[in-house]
Amino acid sequence: MIDSFILMALIAGIGIAIVTGIMGCFVVWRRMAYFGDSLAHSAMLGIAIGIGFGIGVSTGILLICSAFAMVLFWLQQKGILATDTLLGILAHGALSSGVVLISISGLTVDLHALLFGDILTVTGSDLLVIGGGGALVLLTIFLVWPRLVLMTLSEDLASAEGINIFWMRLVFLLLMTLVVAVSVRIVGILLITSMLIIPAATARPFARRPETMALLAVIIGIIGVMSGIALSLSVDTPTGPSIVLILSVMFALGIMASGLFERLRLS
Amino acid sequence: MNALISAENLSVYRNNSAILDNVSLDVAPADFLTIIGPNGAGKTTLLRCLAGVIRPDKGTIHRQPSLRTSYIPQRMTAETSLPMDVKSFLKLNTAADGNEVEDAAEETDITALLHRSIHVLSGGEWQRVLLARSLINKPDLIILDEPAQNLDLSGQLKFYEQLSRIHNERKIALVMVSHDLHMVLASTRKVVCLYHHVCCSGEPTAVTKDPEFIQLFGQDMARMMAVYQHDHDHDHHHDDHHNCHETEIRT
Repeated sequence: MIDSFILMALIAGIGIAIVTGIMGCFVVWRRMAYFGDSLAHSAMLGIAIGIGFGIGVSTGILLICSAFAMVLFWLQQKGILATDTLLGILAHGALSSGVVLISISGLTVDLHALLFGDILTVTGSDLLVIGGGGALVLLTIFLVWPRLVLMTLSEDLASAEGINIFWMRLVFLLLMTLVVAVSVRIVGILLITSMLIIPAATARPFARRPETMALLAVIIGIIGVMSGIALSLSVDTPTGPSIVLILSVMFALGIMASGLFERLRLS
Repeated sequence: MNALISAENLSVYRNNSAILDNVSLDVAPADFLTIIGPNGAGKTTLLRCLAGVIRPDKGTIHRQPSLRTSYIPQRMTAETSLPMDVKSFLKLNTAADGNEVEDAAEETDITALLHRSIHVLSGGEWQRVLLARSLINKPDLIILDEPAQNLDLSGQLKFYEQLSRIHNERKIALVMVSHDLHMVLASTRKVVCLYHHVCCSGEPTAVTKDPEFIQLFGQDMARMMAVYQHDHDHDHHHDDHHNCHETEIRT
């Protein structure tokens, strides 16, 4: 019989894998890996504020990550500095102020768990957050999918066909914020980007249509989460890094297999 | 007024210089309008304003309510990490069923490309795929930015024939930027010569005689165009193919 904490960890992990698998495709397609990373770093400030003001970690992250996205949006309009420079400043500014704030307030916070995740201590209320946030992300993605894919392919075509680029970008940023907020507990601030990009990147060589890539990414993510948890339990390693390690190995195997796949298809 | 699009006094500025300066332009239903002008004259910027891709800094654009516009950009470069075949691209956000896709593909001669990845398409193939996508969207107006620049001469002829047929059969208005002046004069009804402002516009023959056109493109070009026009008429009346070819090579 599986212990209930393992069962909860599995449910949480699979939920996260579904959401990050699909959103991760857009992160890869839109070249936003560094953005995802920065957003995750800024979650540290959100966590500090969430705990410090007693409004809850998830609310704190949502608030700060949304503010982060808005400030970035505004600075980009000024157009003097490149986005990666702005991201670096904002991300590490928010990360550092979060850490400083936590140490000033004298709160006892497990920094290690924040950075690398702690899936094995997931609680029922965490599952509610993941379920609710995840469902919201999936529903929105389902509704905007054709428009978002077309806009990712060509913003010119999309806007000529009547898609409001500004709103779609905003919707996407808010979705990213939600994903970060629900995943931080599981994989930690430092490893969220890997949950987003590794399954999508692993799926790419085997997909010929965007929908297939998203589906494959979800499956790969689920396999990674389940094997990572199993690895972590059997040899007592930290869970977040174990999941990412498995995903990285799957990526390497996938790249090797895809060469073979291409050769079989050509012959 | 029953213009599909009516642009009034459009101005677009970049780095304090006007790319478009007080440009006004009407597109009527079933128009075939070509915008010509030297490099950097603001042709693409004007098209992007008309297509609704960018907003002008000054001026207004009135669109007929429920106007369906379709835009064919100069170049398409798709992110290779996004897997997509031509068929899925034609269906993406267009609500087209299989039959409509097949019909559009047949009309634009891309049936053989339907299952190919969009990442291996050549420039000319992209143009036809984009044209097929336009047709699927059932537009009142198609806006094309130098659609034939990646094609060889026979490819250009074929593409413009396709455009003319679509224009004549479906009564779709076309607005296009083109450098292929000989093609423009042969197929288009109205020419707008643009150099940040509208230098002159009207029937192709009238435009080539306009002093501003001659100043922009030089006396030689104006004379050559006039010669081509003459030869073209000649060709029609006397079936003199030789003459026609010679001019084409020179242009």
